Amino acid sequence: MMQAFRFDLCELPDETRGLRADVRAFLATELAKVPAVTRAQTWSGSDPEFSRKMGAKGWIAMTWPKKYGGHERSAFDRYVVLEELLAAGAPVGAHWIGDRQSGPLLMRFGTEEQRQKILPRVAKGECYFCIGMSEPDSGSDLAATRTRADKVEGGYKVNGTKLWTSGAHTAHYMIGLFRTHLDPQNKHAGLTQFLVDLKTTEGITIRPIRDLAGKAHFNEVVFQDAFVPDDMLVGTEGGGWNQVTAELAFERSGPERYLSSFILMVEMIRELEKRGGAEGAREIGRLVAHLVTLRQMSLSVAGMLDKGENPALEASVVKDLGAIFEQDMPVRAHELLGIEPTVGAGSDYEQVLGYLTQTTPSFSLRGGTREILRGIIARGLGLR
Amino acid sequence: MNELQTILADSVNGLLAERVTKNLIQSAEDGVWPEALWSELEANGLTRVLVPEAQGGAGGTWADAAIVLKAAGRHVAPLPLAEAVLAHWLLAEAGIAAPDGVLTVMEGDLTLSAGKLSGTARRVPWGRQAAHGVALVGGNLVLASLDGASVAPDINVAREPRDTLTLKDAAAQSAPVALPENALRLYGALVRACQMAGALDYLAAQTVAYANERTQFGKPIGKFQAIQQQLAVLATQAAATGIAADHACASLKKGDAAFEIAVAKIRADDASSIATSIAHQVHGAIGFTYEHGLHFATRRLWSWRAEFGAGAEWAESLGRETIARGADALWPYVTAR
Repeated sequence: MMQAFRFDLCELPDETRGLRADVRAFLATELAKVPAVTRAQTWSGSDPEFSRKMGAKGWIAMTWPKKYGGHERSAFDRYVVLEELLAAGAPVGAHWIGDRQSGPLLMRFGTEEQRQKILPRVAKGECYFCIGMSEPDSGSDLAATRTRADKVEGGYKVNGTKLWTSGAHTAHYMIGLFRTHLDPQNKHAGLTQFLVDLKTTEGITIRPIRDLAGKAHFNEVVFQDAFVPDDMLVGTEGGGWNQVTAELAFERSGPERYLSSFILMVEMIRELEKRGGAEGAREIGRLVAHLVTLRQMSLSVAGMLDKGENPALEASVVKDLGAIFEQDMPVRAHELLGIEPTVGAGSDYEQVLGYLTQTTPSFSLRGGTREILRGIIARGLGLR
Repeated sequence: MNELQTILADSVNGLLAERVTKNLIQSAEDGVWPEALWSELEANGLTRVLVPEAQGGAGGTWADAAIVLKAAGRHVAPLPLAEAVLAHWLLAEAGIAAPDGVLTVMEGDLTLSAGKLSGTARRVPWGRQAAHGVALVGGNLVLASLDGASVAPDINVAREPRDTLTLKDAAAQSAPVALPENALRLYGALVRACQMAGALDYLAAQTVAYANERTQFGKPIGKFQAIQQQLAVLATQAAATGIAADHACASLKKGDAAFEIAVAKIRADDASSIATSIAHQVHGAIGFTYEHGLHFATRRLWSWRAEFGAGAEWAESLGRETIARGADALWPYVTAR
């Protein structure tokens, strides 16, 4: 019997209930006056003030050791906080990447000095990260990375361009994947991860790229003889590919991979409260069934992470199914209600639909395209 | 799965893998009752997996039952194992001693009067074969003898018997039972969702295996990205159905699981439509023949997705409840379950 991947049920411990109530009460106050269309941005929305409040609450770096500013809570406590933030549409974007993957990466591969210097600030909600992976000629084909880090006295000189770098314009640090060695026979070798201080390093130009909705979340980051000191190398020189692969399991495993359109689901139900009818009920019922199932799958992945297992494959499954669910939401809404999406004015429903109709195409691109994820799943099935 | 569940899974899957041959399924489709296999399942206690030990059962939970039901679906066992598991559980809940012989469940216009059951039950699984039928009438669970019932035989798309039974003053025992009015439909939907999860697992495994064997253009078709992407979708749909069914079964230990059961049946229905289409597309013409066994699973999924309430039926009630609770209650409700 094929058992390529496994989704065991994972029930949240009862002890998380109090925490959930605390987070919910906090968000009810914090987000009381935030319009639905702003909340619809969820983890794409960035608000440093909000991030600092999260840090003060102890809701960033929840599972990290106390010596790095963490709170040594369980993975389930963290999961509860994350899903409450996302379901409410809290503007968590500023600290999200540092909390989710860059912090854990440093904990695993960083030097003690790097951890001491940076992690406590991440935990406070004061220090933000971006991920320098994609390039103009290296998207899904990550191993085609061309940005070079050449060894010089005391460090490396970096030259090249990173592209689609979300949050680079607000981040303090980038974890950049650069080529330190070129082996034409093995392009996975010779890649190295570096911490790059985006606020003080000379030779770095960050240009925001307007997306189709007119917003500027992602950037082009150009390196021209940018000097990165030796002590900013993360992990081992040439070990970048394996480190990135481990990092992507964190990047793909969270509840943000199925909840990005949740605010629209809520507004759809609000519209249907006024209208009634069997057709709308059937549609909502279907969406609820998919929501609940995805949540169970996502929890299952959280359970595997908590046990120290590597759920890279299962995370790909949840992300692929989650993106379909998220992208289906504005389509379902349109087919069911036929209301024109709006920008800048209109009802909550109309504006949220306007935002998500334009934004959802990115959901199966960011963090690994649908095709790459399905390739990973196919490999897990023994097809590659 | 705990250790006992692993043993259960190995033994029931092993048994069915050995016994449910293509010949057995084909002869069942031609109307032959697989008596020997039925006796073996009964002797192994699989039909009584949910019956408490004190009443002669295995004392299993719904999570244990899910293992048996998924196996029944995976191996397309052509007999009413799922119906018997459900019927035995309902009898145990009502405190009615289970009779010997084949048991099934009945839905229909049935009335209970002075210990006799009358009326018409439609599309009763293996009605022709069953010695007794279990039905819910009012708040009572009824066990009726089918000795004198008139049988109008019919089948579903998977050629499983779905007979119309007309009962006239059939001898019956009954007892009040603390279950919702629609319990038969509800738990019927649950057992079908579990069977569908098993059948979908089979579809995924079988289709991947076929893609690795079948060669075109000089290589196995599973090496083509277009095929790989389709198989990834098929496998994820099977996985989603599996955990939705497990979630519903696990929720029963907390009490009411009507919400989770509806979720499971809807999810299984949606997955079946996607997965059967991919499985056939990848198998090409050979999968469209009677000779190849793929259709034993796909035809069952096409029937099962509509039985005990199609996804659309459960979605409508789930949606109405969700809308009635209000938009802002959705998340608190989902997380409190």
